[in-house]
Amino acid sequence: MGAETFWIIVLGCAAATFIWRALGVVVVKRIDSSGAFFQWVTCVSYAMVAGLVFRMIILPESQLAAVSIEIRVASVIIAFAAYFLFRRRLVAGVVAGGVSLSGLVAWLG
Amino acid sequence: MEKLTTMVTGNNAVMRKAMLDALSLPAFILFFTMMGFGSLARGAGFSAEMSALSSLLIWGLPGQLAMVELTATGQGIIAIVFACSLANARFLPMVVSFVPAMSRGRSGLGGMLLDAQLLSINSWAVCLREFPGIESEFRHRYYLTFASSILLAAVIGTLVGYHGSVLLPAVMMLGLIFISPLFFALVLLGVAGRAERFSMILGCATISIAHTLFPSVDLLIAGIVGGSVGFAVGRSWKSGHGR
Repeated sequence: MGAETFWIIVLGCAAATFIWRALGVVVVKRIDSSGAFFQWVTCVSYAMVAGLVFRMIILPESQLAAVSIEIRVASVIIAFAAYFLFRRRLVAGVVAGGVSLSGLVAWLG
Repeated sequence: MEKLTTMVTGNNAVMRKAMLDALSLPAFILFFTMMGFGSLARGAGFSAEMSALSSLLIWGLPGQLAMVELTATGQGIIAIVFACSLANARFLPMVVSFVPAMSRGRSGLGGMLLDAQLLSINSWAVCLREFPGIESEFRHRYYLTFASSILLAAVIGTLVGYHGSVLLPAVMMLGLIFISPLFFALVLLGVAGRAERFSMILGCATISIAHTLFPSVDLLIAGIVGGSVGFAVGRSWKSGHGR
């Protein structure tokens, strides 16, 4: 493939993503942000984002797929425990979870 | 959770808070996540400028990953662009639910499109969490500062990953990839609102099934099914409670 093809791909993907953002703006301009439709869209966005995060952890397509599900779930539990233990400090949860995952992989393989 | 704390107000205070909040975690998370993207993009044949511009202009990792993976496997341009678009379709409901939260009132179309372009899961989740503690007229400034800070970190991370100047042990890289979804999961734990919580739980339940049956549109299915049922449950609970 030539460089032009790669540029077309990058710019095409940027435009194709921007379409969704622009459609969002179009919808925002037309709806009442205290109405039922807005609440429904909000619920859809929460469901989508939560689903994406769930997929990234439980059904990953990244290098995490090579890590066993037991290690991933154990690390999430440790992260949540650290988060609540340290008075809802995000840093505590994230660091505990990341270190646990690396540690468990190094230890159990 | 609802403590009576003083609201953050004033341009300087709000920008300082936005930068500190970005540097407290999200900027680092994006730096490391985009390092992974940079090295994948290189492997797929993209140049350094193309990779950095992808992070800047697409600004949605699932779509960027779809682009790189399909390019690496030699798919056609239309298929690549379509897959990237589908993977980033969440921006439509995210923009709709986010923009009114900034309570900007009437603003120009250009400004709103720029706000929409800067949106990512990170700023969406962090801002929705922090907004209640920020005076409404300063929320937009908080968002712009936060979003551009993490975007800068992401572009730098892409270039660092592309040039492979930081070589970390594989085990450590796994931990760094893991902190990104973990961070979102922890931020989402703090989401208030019964309908929103139900939607999130149902979204997770739905995607497990949708992922096996319809992997390319699993997020759309999870969003529409989980969100609609969560919305309905939230409504019926509210009306039942009001009686």
